[in-house]
Amino acid sequence: MIEFTPRKIQSSFWAILSPIISIAITILIGSLIFKILSYPVIESLYQVFVSPFSRPDRIADIFVKACPLIIIGLGLIFCFKANIWNIGAEGQFILGALCAGSFALLFPETKTYMLLFSMFIIGFAGGAIWASIPAILKVRLNVNEILVSLMLVYVAMLFIDFIVRGPLRDPMSFGFPLSKVYPDGAIISKVDFPFIGYLGQFHYGIFIILILCPLIWFFINKTLPGFQIKIFGSSTRASEFAGFNKNKITFYVLLVSGGLSGVAGVIEVSANMGRLQPEVSFGYGFTAIIVAFLGRLNPYGVVIAGIIIATAKLGADNAQMVLGIPKVVTGIFEGMLLFFLLASETIQKYKISIRKDN
Amino acid sequence: MENLLITILLTSIPILLAGLGELVTEKSGVLNLGVEGMMLCGAVAALGSVLIFGNPYIGILFGAVAGILISTVFSFFTITLMTNQVATGLGLTIFATALTGLIGEPFVGKTAASLPKLEIIFLSDIPYLGKILFSNDILVYFAIFLIFFIHFGFQNTKIGIIIRAVGDNHDSAHSIGYSVKLVRWISTSFGGMCAGMGGAYIPLALTPHWSEGMTAGKGWIALALVVFASWMPIRLLIGALIFGGITILQFVAQARGWDVPSQFLNMLPYLATILALALISFKLKQNNYAPTCLGKHFLGNK
Repeated sequence: MIEFTPRKIQSSFWAILSPIISIAITILIGSLIFKILSYPVIESLYQVFVSPFSRPDRIADIFVKACPLIIIGLGLIFCFKANIWNIGAEGQFILGALCAGSFALLFPETKTYMLLFSMFIIGFAGGAIWASIPAILKVRLNVNEILVSLMLVYVAMLFIDFIVRGPLRDPMSFGFPLSKVYPDGAIISKVDFPFIGYLGQFHYGIFIILILCPLIWFFINKTLPGFQIKIFGSSTRASEFAGFNKNKITFYVLLVSGGLSGVAGVIEVSANMGRLQPEVSFGYGFTAIIVAFLGRLNPYGVVIAGIIIATAKLGADNAQMVLGIPKVVTGIFEGMLLFFLLASETIQKYKISIRKDN
Repeated sequence: MENLLITILLTSIPILLAGLGELVTEKSGVLNLGVEGMMLCGAVAALGSVLIFGNPYIGILFGAVAGILISTVFSFFTITLMTNQVATGLGLTIFATALTGLIGEPFVGKTAASLPKLEIIFLSDIPYLGKILFSNDILVYFAIFLIFFIHFGFQNTKIGIIIRAVGDNHDSAHSIGYSVKLVRWISTSFGGMCAGMGGAYIPLALTPHWSEGMTAGKGWIALALVVFASWMPIRLLIGALIFGGITILQFVAQARGWDVPSQFLNMLPYLATILALALISFKLKQNNYAPTCLGKHFLGNK
């Protein structure tokens, strides 16, 4: 009989160690899967985890790929800390991109970056409004936010598909579902490094993480609302006794998380696509959930986690090209990683001992 | 009209089966958000086995077994290792979506044999009703049977009452001597089996070929339906039929040439789910039907 005794003190050493162990186990089982599918194990692992570091422009592209994951993940920290399950970041991302994009297309020929600045605000609002639907339903009617936020992902996907094929389609696109190209003022340009020039797709939008990450760390760890979120998430009863406003916390964490997903959408489209298309996100909203957990809901952890997951994603692309391994395997790894991370949380919370039954 | 009603019934079967399974799982106090993933596993296993063996009944079997197997992953983590049920269920869906994408890749473009219609003698000759109700494939009959089986099971059998006890107050159930974790394992496996069969029904009766993520949110709708039905099997049937009807509406609209963009019609099932959850919340506010221990861990030390 396995016995679980709650620990009084949770070791912070284990908190850092557990993601590393989880990754190690995932790689171990991953190798086994490669073996079963009869792909060369060492070569596969090399492609997935090492090949993205093999050239400077590839390294730069890791950051490009990690950028939306990190920004969405940073927003999800708020929700998950408060024990609110926003799993609709994918939809909020799309809405952010769509609102900001539609706005940009209203002002063709604009060169000033004021346009880009407004797009950030509109994108944030778009994501936040999309997240406010589950938020309002949760606060007013106690409707499950998980299901509502997820249903809205499907709705958002269909909605952008309609917009890009219908009202915003570029008449010159030869029947392709593409909008017109953004005006110059709405494009996030690539970084021209001194002496080196452009590195991959590395763009200025990535630098927003340098501002967001410490800001969010400060907010969560050093301010009263941040403290309230943490207490609310770990014990609803305690936070009720302390007189914290339950509805307010629920509402705002969803709004902030949706808003940041929206901003991620703005950056992704303005930097990498330059126009709207039916598919603006490639599961970033769902992958970011894993990123948030892998980063242990710590802003700096999320940045590192985002880079790790982005590496594996790019590595999987390489593995598909070189070895023909289907790209979907990353999803299998992501799922397993989440399982092991959650299991290590149990070890952190409880002392596990094996007792003989009489 | 007859055909329309039959199509609605058939479309609702995957959600109905998966919902019935999840209902039993939730009654025992486990919230398994991996229904979508389990349905995909059932679908790919059914399709693969039919392509190999050529017999659609084998497909049902493989779908059910695949559902059970994948649900044990969930049970192991949430019940034995006490991980967070919401996150684990989500992980299960991410995992299973990718896994089935990998397994299903060789099946793309191949067509599987469909389940044959079984006409029940005499009854199928009743005008109108006979054709709608009594000349269907085996899983339709099974789903209808399951509704009543679960309904009476929870009301009148010992095992049903044990499951409810475990879901409503696991400490009391434990102190009378029932193994909370075992009951939850079994209930979750039953949920996995039903979701697997619900998933299997999609390639076996509705769209006979594989596409990645072919359940298209049906698992999530099934989850919502359990809440909508306030954990009552018979209401689940009504809910599933409504959703079947809404899904069919898009085809009707296309056939009649309504001037509505197809994307908006495709949104309807998802929007209806949100609306249904909002409407039912008024009722749940007055009387909460949810199992009291839903989503709570059981340490089981004493």
